[in-house]
Amino acid sequence: MKYRANALYISSFVIMIYYDHVSKIYTDTSTALEDVSLTIEPQEFVSLVGQSGAGKSTLLKLLLAEERPSSGKVFFESLDVHKLSNGDLPKVRRRLGAVFQDYKLLPTKTAYENIAFAMEAAGKTEDEIQKDVPQVLELVGLSDKAWHFPSELSGGELQRVAIARAIVNRPDVILADEPTGNLDPINTWEIIGLLDKINELGTTVILATHDKDVINSLKRRVVTLEKGKIVRDEKRGRYVL
Amino acid sequence: MVKQGVVNFWRNGWVSLATVLIMVITLFVVGTLFFSNLLLTSALQSLEKKVDISVYFTNEAQEEEIASLQIALKRLAEVDSIEYISRDDALAQFRQRHSANALITQSLDELGENPLGATINVKAKDPKQYASISRFLESGSFGSIIDKINYRQNQVVIDRLTSLIAASRALGLGITVVLAFIAILVTFNTIRLAIYTSKDEISIMRLVGASNSYIRGPFLVEGMIHGLLATIVTMIIFWPLAVWLGPKASRFFGGPNLFNYYLTNFVAIFLMLLVVGVVLGVISSLIATRRYLREQN
Repeated sequence: MKYRANALYISSFVIMIYYDHVSKIYTDTSTALEDVSLTIEPQEFVSLVGQSGAGKSTLLKLLLAEERPSSGKVFFESLDVHKLSNGDLPKVRRRLGAVFQDYKLLPTKTAYENIAFAMEAAGKTEDEIQKDVPQVLELVGLSDKAWHFPSELSGGELQRVAIARAIVNRPDVILADEPTGNLDPINTWEIIGLLDKINELGTTVILATHDKDVINSLKRRVVTLEKGKIVRDEKRGRYVL
Repeated sequence: MVKQGVVNFWRNGWVSLATVLIMVITLFVVGTLFFSNLLLTSALQSLEKKVDISVYFTNEAQEEEIASLQIALKRLAEVDSIEYISRDDALAQFRQRHSANALITQSLDELGENPLGATINVKAKDPKQYASISRFLESGSFGSIIDKINYRQNQVVIDRLTSLIAASRALGLGITVVLAFIAILVTFNTIRLAIYTSKDEISIMRLVGASNSYIRGPFLVEGMIHGLLATIVTMIIFWPLAVWLGPKASRFFGGPNLFNYYLTNFVAIFLMLLVVGVVLGVISSLIATRRYLREQN
């Protein structure tokens, strides 16, 4: 558990991610988040639920430093992610695996190369890449599609490639933003099953979704957002709106 | 990184091709401007060389006086070269020129003495300086031995030629700068558009934790490949053009044969275009990627 070394300690809890009174205001009439505070512990599986525009995606983008909060701070362990230098930010991003509704795979690279790219970017050696990529492809059940381009894969397959890419650098956290939004029920369950498995192997998972069935079957912590505010935070939550 | 750049170039197929073609046009324009400047300069130079003034001496002028005038002329900073034609030389030249004309030869024989005076042809370093040279000759102590200076007769032509040469130089430079600027701008925009199509890709690379220099590398390599290929294609296009136009141009402008010039300076021209192409490709890529690598708000 390497992250304990520089984790932020508040009383007796170990905190991995801490949103400290965060607001995100795009324009006067469009407020994505309003004074949100949230703590996430290591190895938790947290579901963020709420209607479209409730602020789920913004919460994830803030952690990835894709966007900057209008006020407040976002900590990953003891690091304020918005105060990182251009050199340090990529290093932190390698410890956060992200999965999106639209997969965000590189269209000019094959499944194998997409996964290998994340490893190359993290500075892994060719040996490590040749060893690890087939392993994660095996884990997500796509060994036979390794050399297909994204345009030749189905939605479920694409999302599994994306998950493989997200976990290949053994990140501490997986951020999944509506990963099943474009998938049919069977593929949805496969993806959720994968995320569950990844969490059991010791990785924190933050899942943003509005899929009622998914939430109800997971029986994990549920944080409900409404109009940019946290209205409910339950240890074994159900989907209530 | 180099490998990735080559792979990207290959997979981007049509976009790469279009970019290279646009760059070929740019390099072609740059190269053509270079060659036409060369022609213009040599044409103007040969024109300038044809301009000179002649000083005609009276028949009574003594050799020593003329010699001291020569020394004085040589001391002038404006004078490039002088050519002395003695009375005898002048007569010999005259006879030779008119050897076919029996009447003139006969008249000369009958005359018995040399009716021609000595002359000095003076070439200035710059056509603008003929006025001051002529003033020097007229005002000095040599006035008595000088019959006439043909500057006054040719003044209008010389002045007009001088201003024409200066104007063509300025115009040539202006056109070169403007056309080169336009060509560079077009290439720059083409590369920017090509990279714009990759902006989603760049954002994905950032998300998986690729550092800025790591993302930028392959684009810079692609820019270099564009420059290299465009240079090669341009040099190939210039080959038949130089073969065809070379002799024609040298006859028309009186300059060097372009094809010979192309052959003897092949490496230098290639390097010149290569530097322009690669620098253009790399700088365009650098500026274009910078936009998408900046931290968002």
